[in-house]
Amino acid sequence: MAFYFVQFLTGLASAASLFLVASGLSIIFGVTRIVNFAHGAFYMLGAYVAFTLTERFSGAIGFWGGIFAAGLIVAAVGVLVEMVLLRRIYHAPELFQLLATFGLTLMVEDLVVLIWGPSDLLGRRAPGFKGAVDFFGQNIPTYDLFLIGLGPVVLGVLWLMFQRTRWGVLVRAATQDRDMVAALGVNQKWLFTSVFALGVFLAALGGGLQIPRDAVHHALDLRIIVDVFVVVVIGGLGSIIGAFVAAVLVSELNAFGILIFPKISIILVFLVMAAVLIVRPWGLFGKQEAAARRTPGLTVNPWRPLTSRERMAAMAALALAAALPLIGGNYALTVGSEIAIFVIFAASLHFLMSVGGLASFGHAAYFGLGAYGVAFLAKLAGLPMIACLLLGPLLGCLGAAVFGFFAVQLSGVYFAMLTLAFAQIVWSIAFQWVAVTGGDNGILGVWPERWAASPSHFYWLSLGVAALAVASLRIIVFSPFGFALRATRDSPLRSEAIGIDGKRVQWTSFVIAGTVAGVAGALFAYLKGSVFPDSLGISLSVDALVMVLLGGVETVSGAVIGAIVYKALSIWLVSQTDLSKLVLGAVIVLIVVAFPKGIVGMLETIRSRRTQSSKSALLGSRVEIAE
Amino acid sequence: MSITPTLLSVDNLSKSYGGVHAVRGVSFALRAGEILALIGPNGAGKSTCFDMLNGQNIPDSGRINLLGEDTTGKKPRAIWRLGVGRTFQITATFPTMTVRENVQVALVSYDRQLFNLWASTPKFAQAEANRLLELVGMSGFSERPCGELAYGDLKRLELAIALANQPKLLLMDEPTAGMAPRERIELMRLTAQIARDQSIGVLFTEHDMDVVFEHADRILVLNRGSLIAEGSPEEVRRNPQVRAIYLGEGLVYDARHREGAGV
Repeated sequence: MAFYFVQFLTGLASAASLFLVASGLSIIFGVTRIVNFAHGAFYMLGAYVAFTLTERFSGAIGFWGGIFAAGLIVAAVGVLVEMVLLRRIYHAPELFQLLATFGLTLMVEDLVVLIWGPSDLLGRRAPGFKGAVDFFGQNIPTYDLFLIGLGPVVLGVLWLMFQRTRWGVLVRAATQDRDMVAALGVNQKWLFTSVFALGVFLAALGGGLQIPRDAVHHALDLRIIVDVFVVVVIGGLGSIIGAFVAAVLVSELNAFGILIFPKISIILVFLVMAAVLIVRPWGLFGKQEAAARRTPGLTVNPWRPLTSRERMAAMAALALAAALPLIGGNYALTVGSEIAIFVIFAASLHFLMSVGGLASFGHAAYFGLGAYGVAFLAKLAGLPMIACLLLGPLLGCLGAAVFGFFAVQLSGVYFAMLTLAFAQIVWSIAFQWVAVTGGDNGILGVWPERWAASPSHFYWLSLGVAALAVASLRIIVFSPFGFALRATRDSPLRSEAIGIDGKRVQWTSFVIAGTVAGVAGALFAYLKGSVFPDSLGISLSVDALVMVLLGGVETVSGAVIGAIVYKALSIWLVSQTDLSKLVLGAVIVLIVVAFPKGIVGMLETIRSRRTQSSKSALLGSRVEIAE
Repeated sequence: MSITPTLLSVDNLSKSYGGVHAVRGVSFALRAGEILALIGPNGAGKSTCFDMLNGQNIPDSGRINLLGEDTTGKKPRAIWRLGVGRTFQITATFPTMTVRENVQVALVSYDRQLFNLWASTPKFAQAEANRLLELVGMSGFSERPCGELAYGDLKRLELAIALANQPKLLLMDEPTAGMAPRERIELMRLTAQIARDQSIGVLFTEHDMDVVFEHADRILVLNRGSLIAEGSPEEVRRNPQVRAIYLGEGLVYDARHREGAGV
């Protein structure tokens, strides 16, 4: 019994740090509507800076002052980021800020290695909290008790700040309706900056407070960010109390899950999150998001099918790509195959995200399911390659049908988080069900048959499938179904009023996207000759998001360009420099600032400007007549 | 008039939120080709009533019979399939499509082609889409992005979308809200003309009494959730209860009407 009680206290102690980070993310999202992916990076940065400061300045003042100062220093970095980067892109399409903060995260990951080195750093123990308390034979570190007390204190301070100060009232008002707050003459810029600073400060403080408990290393950011997303979503975005309750819930699930359900310990949290979202779509303490007002002046060019000239150009580009085996060596062909596969993957997410308005954060699940489908069929059933390629993606289709049914009941950020949870569940099954999936060791020896074995043949196969997939998705975009999907995205009210069953349409699109992602995964399994849980992982899901955003969400063909640019750039950078993440992150940030509509979006804007300048005189006269 | 069939009959409809009776015991009927206005001051229950008719809100009690079918509690899309067109107080269109594509989506749905993955929507039923746009005077705008339209044109586009399923009944929630005075009259004239030509029944709510008294065949007056008057514009105008509620607007209308009659 004592053991369980101690385990409970350990959970509570972990909850303190998690709560600090999650409340920061929640506050930032509530006011600025930015899903701050870099929040984990700020947490990690807080831990590193706190490590340096506490090492340099000894004594109690040095330690506590160091952690606090680390929070302030990182908050200052946050302010800089907000003013230089985020301010420029508040009006960019939704989720574009996610791309920017993802770029930042990549940069920070390399920067901390550059500054602090790649090895784990063990921090000092907190002065005055070095010992442990004996509890019926079990040891409880006194630092844990300190953290358990700290959580409610921070909650209280935040509560007072939001209820009792003028600033807090403004923040709460902005969380409900930021346009209204702006209309009342509040300087939005500084409100956003200060909110961002507070959020980052809390994240960095959470990181600093962890150093007596945990080693500091350069993968902390991704580990915490997923937990934090889960906490924020379970608690309800924008709710501080929700973040607190959910942080305790998640920490306790982690603490006891490993004891009671060791087999499913990793997915337990995600199962609970999925259950909460299905029962309470806006989290335990969240409210339904007010519909965002459309940014005025943001007119979107309606999508057009390719003109015959453009179709010729696309065919020429394809022919050119097919000629690669004439000049490229085996390495180039393997890279080419991989790019082709990621074009398929990105195009499938683009279909869901741009056409359907459903930004999935867990699209890799269906990619990976397709890959595992192939591996099962090839290794266990011993089917020929063609059969595997055709049937393997059905596993992705099946997964998308099951998860998609629940996911499309939600929208916006909550949809994103539910898809993330589903992807994590699938990943955990692949990781923990060793008997079937081989766990971390994966399934090896999934090689293509002789007809597709040579790099050039496999390249042509991948290219052909990619061309087919992209063309098919494009046809669907302009088909009645594609329009029904866009109609549901544009105006749920109107589409329902013209007889469109929005949920069914969205579910169908989810299944289509999942199946196509499964096709990409199936090819990927053959390309690598093996399947690992990584091909279901979060980083792959994020890669796909980045490709779509980079190409341009509001374009039809952006995903193709985005996938080629991103994949080629990242493969090339890895071969050229040890700091590939730093450079890639910087490139992403630059692209975000320079072309907030993505690469293809920018090209289209330039083109439409050019054609419009010649047309505008004509158009102007027509408008006058019409009025 | 007596041989025209009843399109819509509402029987004892009620809805309350907490302790507030938004709508209580409302009953009325609407015949084919009839233009019926539902008026009342703010908070009278017009919108609640309207939302229950088109399926966005489920009544606590009472029945709604649309075109011979009991539609109480049915979804908006099911009601649309019966032949009911709908426009909204704040226009709801598809801003990322062209004007014609907006109408084409409705036509696709009417043809039950929503899950067709192959055909080209921009080429789908172009002639019919053009005809509808022509009908509402929007044919010059068919290639324009819908997001660029002025508000009055959006209202006309909405009317074209609402006509795509060859409706027998149009439900229009404040069709002229947010429009300039001249546009209002034009839009309602257009609607009335289409309704009479095609013998479509129209139920609309409206705040502008000029529009109501000029175009409605019959008027229902709602106050605090209950129907307090029903009849021809002339009858409603003379009703002392209605005058009490609509003191300002009623008198203004009377004055203008007399001026008009005097000329």
